[in-house]
Order: sequence, then structure tokens, then C-alpha cells
Amino acid sequence: MTGTAGTAAPVIEVAGLFKRFGSFTAVDDVSFTVSHGEVFGLLGSNGAGKSTIIRMLCGLMRPSAGKVRVAGLDVTAEPERLKRRIGYMTQRFSLYDDLPVEQNLRFFGGIYGLRGAQLAEREGWALRMADLEGKEKLLTGSLPAGWKQRLALGCALLHRPEIVFLDEPTGSVDPVSRRRFWHLIDGLARDGVTIIVTTHYLDEAERCDRLALMHDGRLVALGTVAELKEVFAGRVLLEVTCPRFLDALRLLESADWVLEATVFGTRLHVVAADAEEGRRRIVEALTADGNTPVAVERIVPSLEDVFIHLIEREGQRERGESGEGGGRGESGGRTGSPEGAKP
Amino acid sequence: MRPGKVRAIAVKELRQVARDPLTLAMLLGLPTMMLLLYGYAVNFDVRHIRLAIQDRDKTAASRDLGAAFVNSGYFDLAADLPAGADLERLTERRRAQAILVIPESYGRDLAAGRTARVQLVIDGADANTATTVLGYASAITAEAGAEVTRAAFLRNAGGMGGSGGQRGAAPARAEPIDYEPRVWYNPELKSTQFLVPGLVGFILMLTAVLSTALSVVREKERGTMEQLRVSSLTPGELLVGKTIPYLAISLLATAIILLAARALFGVVVRGSYLDLFAVTFVYLVGALGLGLLVSSVADSQAMAFQLGAATSMLPSILLSGFIFPIRAMPAAVRALTYAVPARYFLVVLRGVILKGAGLAPYLTDLAFLLAYALVVLGLAFARLTRKEV
Repeated sequence: MTGTAGTAAPVIEVAGLFKRFGSFTAVDDVSFTVSHGEVFGLLGSNGAGKSTIIRMLCGLMRPSAGKVRVAGLDVTAEPERLKRRIGYMTQRFSLYDDLPVEQNLRFFGGIYGLRGAQLAEREGWALRMADLEGKEKLLTGSLPAGWKQRLALGCALLHRPEIVFLDEPTGSVDPVSRRRFWHLIDGLARDGVTIIVTTHYLDEAERCDRLALMHDGRLVALGTVAELKEVFAGRVLLEVTCPRFLDALRLLESADWVLEATVFGTRLHVVAADAEEGRRRIVEALTADGNTPVAVERIVPSLEDVFIHLIEREGQRERGESGEGGGRGESGGRTGSPEGAKP
Repeated sequence: MRPGKVRAIAVKELRQVARDPLTLAMLLGLPTMMLLLYGYAVNFDVRHIRLAIQDRDKTAASRDLGAAFVNSGYFDLAADLPAGADLERLTERRRAQAILVIPESYGRDLAAGRTARVQLVIDGADANTATTVLGYASAITAEAGAEVTRAAFLRNAGGMGGSGGQRGAAPARAEPIDYEPRVWYNPELKSTQFLVPGLVGFILMLTAVLSTALSVVREKERGTMEQLRVSSLTPGELLVGKTIPYLAISLLATAIILLAARALFGVVVRGSYLDLFAVTFVYLVGALGLGLLVSSVADSQAMAFQLGAATSMLPSILLSGFIFPIRAMPAAVRALTYAVPARYFLVVLRGVILKGAGLAPYLTDLAFLLAYALVVLGLAFARLTRKEV
């Protein structure tokens, strides 16, 4: 991981970005900047608008409104100049399954204008980077997902892009390959490549220098992981273990001294203003219900807690800040996916 | 347009085709198979027509006419019917496809120099066959009439000669009527000769449209198209790179069809091969353009296949003059045929293959082909370069 934002001009500037598909707003007034060499994460559930933002940043999609500058270029005005300087990789690992590894590399090198010794050099680099040396002749379709993923990354990096967009790059890959992939990403960032990555894996999000939390097309929070965890300042998170956790959830949700209650597996995460006070009241309330808790412990909030808390807060704001204490752990009831609305 | 990038695409495309035996078989083998299929199955030469004869006259003249039909080689005598036989039952049970009825007055009328009338009942269930039978019958009766005339002329030279047959009688003349059928370009009236150019047009259109459409839509489905769009490739480079390999393959397919047509049906190219490939090239560019246009509309390979087949196959068969003569079409349909490239291609191809003509008489057709190619390519280009909304 590299340090956060330097003082130089941002590599990516997004201001007041909108994307509408008919009456559906997939991206709703999003603004952020990304600095040189930063690993910038777009975190959110499916349909939160992450991929739509990436597609607009790459010039694949035209914004409905707003300013997008990438590498100092206006994306809508100079898409062709931009394309030479960016790399793009999606979850689908857009490779030709019916061609061998080396021919995929040769083709993608070819369309970026590489040839001869230069192409051979970059091909060799990509094979080493992706740890696919000796596997050049294998048919791409026969490779395990993790290998394909690294090959796709190699193809996206052949032309030495300054900025790399990764749209859910680890979607269908096993945990070991995912970790390995993130090592590669960290290495790229150290070499000064700016990386924008979308994910819905919270463990991956923790590896980003900065995170933009997306929900229903809006930017809910933006900052380093530590900064995001600050939202719990002045409150505590208590983990409750009890026999009938669903009954407990119903009971605690309706209590006015509970700020939030969420199910985590078979336990509850309860946000309260004070640790001791909260613990006493939880034990009291559940014991009275014949559901005596096994344990009530104060825990350090994880990114997932932060994420759910922020989305919960966002949902409340939408509903017009009704006085109710907490809600369920599910994120807001609105559905609608920009993925599904792609033209 | 950077040649290196175009080459990268073309090479990739060829590699993909080479690794996909099914596609390659479709592109190279299917044309020959279709030629075989259509060449033999869509054979408009009708032979062995089951003919029943009801000879009510029973004179030498009437027997001559019956024999003329059977000896023509087109008709097989299925039944010799007595007077008063149930003709309808005969055709209903398809024992006979045609019935020749020679009335009692035939010999008498012929001898007297009056128009002798015979009746031919044809089973019209198969209209194509019926039309052909009618044609044969006309020719045979005309010939028989001519024979009769000649015989009469020889009998009483300079005197009254009679002609007969189904057609109106020709007045007796001083000289014998010289009936000499003459058919140009396809002397044996073999329909395969005429069909091969039409088949080439239709097969090339189908394979060229489908191969390009499927290759582009496959990239859409796989998500590689997006990868290409995010690269610094221009749409023009992509289009040209995608088209060149299929153009080459289609020209190869043309050569294979011509070889097969020669080996199987004895169709010899009388004109120059250069002309032939020049016009085929222009035609193919239009076909590949149509394929690209289809790919810009279709989102799945299944849809591309249907759309491609419908826009290429149907017009090339129905509206090109391949099977149905354009002159015989209603005006509205005829107007439609002007937008079918196969129509022009066919005319030029028949000229080059059958007549041994050069391209000079066909400049208008070539211009239409070129215009079609440009329009279709332009539309495809406009649609494929359009920004995603």
C-alpha cells in the first residue's frame, strides 16, 4: 500500500457526475478525485452504480451530466487520446477462450500498436507477472479462473497504462488467487500506476488506500478505512449472543435506546451510545423476554459494520429522519440495478 | 487506419476460424453441400412425366401425336385410356400427371387443313412442374404440327397444306414450315446451368453475412468487444480487420463452388475469371457489410443467426431472379428487388459464366452492387461507432 493523496494535481477528477437510464438514476451526483499512484476502491452492493462510474471514466459510456477528467483529459472530448493511457479489466476476463495464452497477449499487444521486439518484451513481462511462463500454448478457455484473471490483467497492462480500471476483478476467483492478485495490484501502485477498483468484498476494500462507498448510485462516504471507521465515534458496537437471535432483533429494534441492530450470522450487532449502559439494558430486556444472552461484548467495528451503518443512516435520511431508532440490517429497500439497465 | 492494428485483428480472426473446425466447415464445406443439394434437388428439368392418352380418334395421325409425346423422352406412357374413362379419378390418384385427349375429329381436321384441337389435362398441384409440362407439350404439338404440314406439303405439293396442333393453325404455305427450336446459352435447357450462378449468389450472401455477424456478436457476448472499444482501436480498423479474413474465405468458397459446379454439373465459366472474381468481390463487400449491420442490431448469436439468415437468404432466393423471374413479379415486389444485391450479381454472373460476356454490358448492375456495398457499410459503420448511451 502506498501513501495517500499527494499534493500533485489529481489523476482523476469527477464532479457532479450523473447517469440516468430513462427514469432510473444509476449514478446520482457523484464527485471525487484520485491521486497519482493511489489504489482507489469503489465499494458497494450490486447495482450501486460502481461499474457505471468505471465505464464512464473509461469513455465507454457517456455521462448524463457532470465533469470527468482522467489523466488531464476530458473523457467525452478526447476519448481516443485517453484510451492509450488507460487499462481496463472486468470480471468477465475478456479474453479469447478459443486462442492460446500467447495469442491473446499478441493480439492485445497488436491492437495497442506493439510489435517486434517491443511486443516480445511486453509479452515476456506479462507472462512473468501473471506467472504463466511455460503455459503460453495452453488454450485460454482451459485455464483456471485465477490464471485467466492474471492473464486478463497482463493483457490490460501490455501498453503500460498510467491508470488501470478494474471492475470487480476478483469476482469468480478463489481466495488464494485473490490474495495473489492483490499483491500484483500493490506492486503496480508502488510503480506509480493509479488503480481504480470496484468490489463488494470488504476484505478487498480494506486494502485500498481510499474508499468511496456507493449506495443506490450515491456516494455515501469517502475516505481511508480508518476515516470511515470514525463514523462510530461517540458510539459503541456491541455483539450479542443469545438463544433466539431473531426474537432479540425484533425486541431490540423497537427499543428507543438502541441506535441500530443488525444480524451478523447468528449474532446481533447493536449500536448504542454507551458500552456499560447498553450492555446492562440489553441483558435486562432479553432476560425479561426469557432469552437470556450468553454474551454481550464490545467489539471493534469492521468495515462491514461501517458499511451497514452508513447505508442504514442513508436509508433513514431518505425516509425523512423518522424518529425510529434502528432498522434492519438489510440495506434500503430500493432495488434497481444499473447492470440490468445497461443498454 | 494503422495497418499493424488491422493486421492484428485479421490474424486473430483467422486463427479463431482455423481453430474452429465447425465454422470453417460451414464457410467452406456448406457452400459445396448446398450446391449439391440444390443442384440435384432443385432440378427444374422435369422428366418421366406420367402421361395417360385417351385416343378417341384412333387414326394414324392421332397415334403419331401420342408417339411424339412418348418419344420426346419427357413423358412415360402410364395408361392408354378407352373413351369415356374417368379422367378425374386418374389424376386424383396421381396415376397420371397429364392426360392427352385426342378428339374423334383430329385426323379428319388435320387432313382437311383445319385446326386440329387436342386437349391436355395437367395436374396443377405442382405449379412448377405443370408449367414445364405445358411448355413441353406446346413444343411437341408444334413440332408434330410441323411434321404434319411437311407431310401434307409433300403429298400435294403446292396444294392445300394443313397445320395442326394445340396452337392456332398456321395457314398453309408454299414452303414447308421449318420448325427449328433454338435455345441459346443453355442449349439442353438444363436448369442446373442456369441455377449455378444463382446458387453462388445465394450461398455467398448467406455465409458471408452469417460469418461476419456471428464473429462480431460473439465478441459482444464474450465481453471482448468492450475490451476492444476501450483500446485505442478505431472503429474503422476494427471493421476492416474483421472483414478481410471473411472476404478471403468467401472468395475461397467461391472458387470451391465453381470447381464443384464444373465437376458435378459440367458448368464451365465461359468468361474471364478476373471478371468473375471482380464482380464477386464487390458483391462480397456488400454482403460482409450487411453482416456487420446485422451484428450492430443483434445482441446474441441466436438473434444474429436469425436476422442474418432472414436478410440474406430470403431475398437472395426469392427476389433475385434465382428461381422466380423478376419480370413475372407484381410491380410492388419488382420494386423491392432493386434493393437486393443478388439480383444484380446474378445478371452479371450469368453473363460471365454462361455467355462468356465481359463486364462492359453490365456496368449498371456493377454500379448498383457498388452502391449497395457503400450504403450498407456506411450504415454499419455509423451504427457500430455510435457511442453507448
